[in-house]
Amino acid sequence: MRQVWRVLLRNPGGMIGIAILIVAVTVALIGPLLFPTSPWRMVQRPFLPPFTLAGFPLGTDALGRDVMAGIIYGARVSLLVGLISTLASLAVGIPLGAVAGYFGGRIDDALMRFTEFFQTVPSFALAIVLVAIMQPSIVSIVSAIAIVSWPPVARLVRGEVLSLRTREYVQAAVVTGQTNWWIIWREILPNALSPVIVLASLMVATAILLESSLSFLGLGDPNLMSWGYMVGAGRTVIRQAWWITVFPGIAILVSVLALNLIGEGLNDALNPRLAKGGR
Amino acid sequence: MSKRKILMSLATMCVLSTAAVAEGPKPGGVVNAVIQPEPPSLMMGLVQNGPTQMVAGNIYEGLLRYSPKLDPLPGLAETWSVSEDGRVYTFKLVKGVTWHDGKPFTSADVLFSIEFLKQTHARARGNLVQLDKVEAPDESTVVFTLKQPFGPFIGIFEVGSLPMIPKHIYEGTNFKTNPANNTPVGTGPFMFKEWQKGSFIRLVKNPNYHVKGKPNIDEIYWNVIPDAAARSVAYETGKVDVLPGGSVENFDVPRLSKLKNTCVTGAGWEFFSPHSWLWLNNRSGPTANKKFRQALMFAIDRNMAKDVVWNGLGKVATGPSGSAIKYYTSAVPKYDYDPAKAKALLKEAGYNGEKVRMLPLPYGETWQRWAEMVRQNLQDVGINVEMIATDVPGWNQKVSEWDYDIAFTYLYQYGDPALGVGRNYVSSQIAKGSPFNNVEGYSNSEIDKLFADGAVAFPDSAREEIYAKAQKILVEDVPVAWMLELQFPTITRCSVKNLITTGIGVNDGFRDAWIEK
Repeated sequence: MRQVWRVLLRNPGGMIGIAILIVAVTVALIGPLLFPTSPWRMVQRPFLPPFTLAGFPLGTDALGRDVMAGIIYGARVSLLVGLISTLASLAVGIPLGAVAGYFGGRIDDALMRFTEFFQTVPSFALAIVLVAIMQPSIVSIVSAIAIVSWPPVARLVRGEVLSLRTREYVQAAVVTGQTNWWIIWREILPNALSPVIVLASLMVATAILLESSLSFLGLGDPNLMSWGYMVGAGRTVIRQAWWITVFPGIAILVSVLALNLIGEGLNDALNPRLAKGGR
Repeated sequence: MSKRKILMSLATMCVLSTAAVAEGPKPGGVVNAVIQPEPPSLMMGLVQNGPTQMVAGNIYEGLLRYSPKLDPLPGLAETWSVSEDGRVYTFKLVKGVTWHDGKPFTSADVLFSIEFLKQTHARARGNLVQLDKVEAPDESTVVFTLKQPFGPFIGIFEVGSLPMIPKHIYEGTNFKTNPANNTPVGTGPFMFKEWQKGSFIRLVKNPNYHVKGKPNIDEIYWNVIPDAAARSVAYETGKVDVLPGGSVENFDVPRLSKLKNTCVTGAGWEFFSPHSWLWLNNRSGPTANKKFRQALMFAIDRNMAKDVVWNGLGKVATGPSGSAIKYYTSAVPKYDYDPAKAKALLKEAGYNGEKVRMLPLPYGETWQRWAEMVRQNLQDVGINVEMIATDVPGWNQKVSEWDYDIAFTYLYQYGDPALGVGRNYVSSQIAKGSPFNNVEGYSNSEIDKLFADGAVAFPDSAREEIYAKAQKILVEDVPVAWMLELQFPTITRCSVKNLITTGIGVNDGFRDAWIEK
């Protein structure tokens, strides 16, 4: 593990990604201390341009709400949704993929057809339908994102498990009479984890984008300020007040970029041979 | 700032239009207007939704038209009189009127239209409840006899409420499947010419129109443009000259009104008087408590909503009636923005932080922003509001099934409290399944009696007294939280003159309009 960190720290892209992410997480954690009032509160005149008043560096929106406060509170929602929905889809995808890969045969067939069923439906369309049916709220959004994003995890884990299952140390474990579940848990999964970690970091980015897109379409939780909501609400006035859409847009861009850089960095660190070959 | 701009352009428009009268209208020209959304049909006797009325109001006519003050003006009827006892209405029709196909329009068409609309037009059916019989002693006279005096009766002859339908085309046919529905024939200033679905509706001048010298404009194109931003752009690029109320987002209005040769007016909606309020569920939860409801009224900053969300257009509502509605009175308890008072009332009401569900009206950005603003106002005084996101069918369902605590809405009021106000407060109108009746579940026998008496009281001074009393009681009880009298600004090139002259504005406006060259 220490070696992974060393490689990661030597990777400039990964470093930048981690730095940005640390800033974003810090802002999300301590931001509400700096801006104790609700981001929905109307604090100044509407359409105040950025950099004109000291207290409102990013200006105000159509109702006079502070754009800066919106971005800080939005960071909480975006990161939280990204993290929880990724964890949820890992919780579904890893066991499913592991079981399918380890046992093979009919179980594998059944589970993979089930997975394909989800993969054939365009994921964003499915997410929209799910949120619309369940009524937009933070719970329904996280569930919808988890439901549409677990299949790639399942397929990846299955592939890894398929190849690891034939390794000698696994065979040895089988011969010594350990139970299947124990073998999967102790011998196979730890070794299958590195590509999953890489995938997960990219999934957080995708989840943030999905949440933003849903909020943009007006399917966000109406009680939570999020970046996608800010872009969507500012869209109609973009010609009069560009800053309402541009700043949250930059926030989305930067955080998604950071997660992608981290993903790349992790990939290089966890697959050293691939990294050397590529460079 | 934006508000001042609009007021200035309003003032400019007034100045310009008086100047125009001095110059006199000039014939000729083509007008491009926007129609949003595309109407399902132009047969006004069968379909009466907003866009249908807006286009077809220039094809069909009613017996009367109404001034912005809602006084009756001659339409197809030249003169009219009401008997001493308020039960007999006699209309003298304009002579020599012809349908667009050349057939003469007579009193027989009026009798037929009444029968037709009783079958097809829910609101007309309601308006005609007090009608005992209608007769035509000669070709140009129609006599309506009522069961008892019904003050609002003089207000039901507007083109969208009681359009005249050609008897020679529809008699003895199945009204709904008559092929003539696709090529509407009326007596109005413009004739239907062509309809390219999804693109435009084209009306041309009626050369035989019964008012000499009118209309001035040769052709009207009603352009169908589905996206609000694209409609603004179409105006900016000069593709369209008239943006009727509600066809662009409110946020675009200040920008468009700053353009050269652009006039903005909020006039032309007096007959409909769109009135907005929050349904408050009077049956259960905190909103069942009168003190809590009064606290809401003090907690909500309605002036700020008007200035920020509606760009200064509209008026803060003082009670159940819009100020353009007959017998409106401002002598009612006042609810100015006063959070401290709201907090005190909440305490008195014993509100303990219970969650209150709020449904915004899913009609686009303006309504969403407004709901967010009200939620903030309510949270500021300590009310625990949770906003529920819905789409239009979901909103309809929740409101008509009474599954809400607070819900945004707005309704038309049709000029008279008996036609468009009473329905939201009398207990006989409490019925699941409609979002337009007494949805809040307010029940007060005194109010029931006042509205029942008011509809049939005679003469008008008696009605005035009754409705003043009713308004006072309602405003004290706050069955719903009245927000704003809405104004939907109409944006036009200033060279389009005299478009809005009546209480229904663009709907019958092109009769008098002309273009300055």
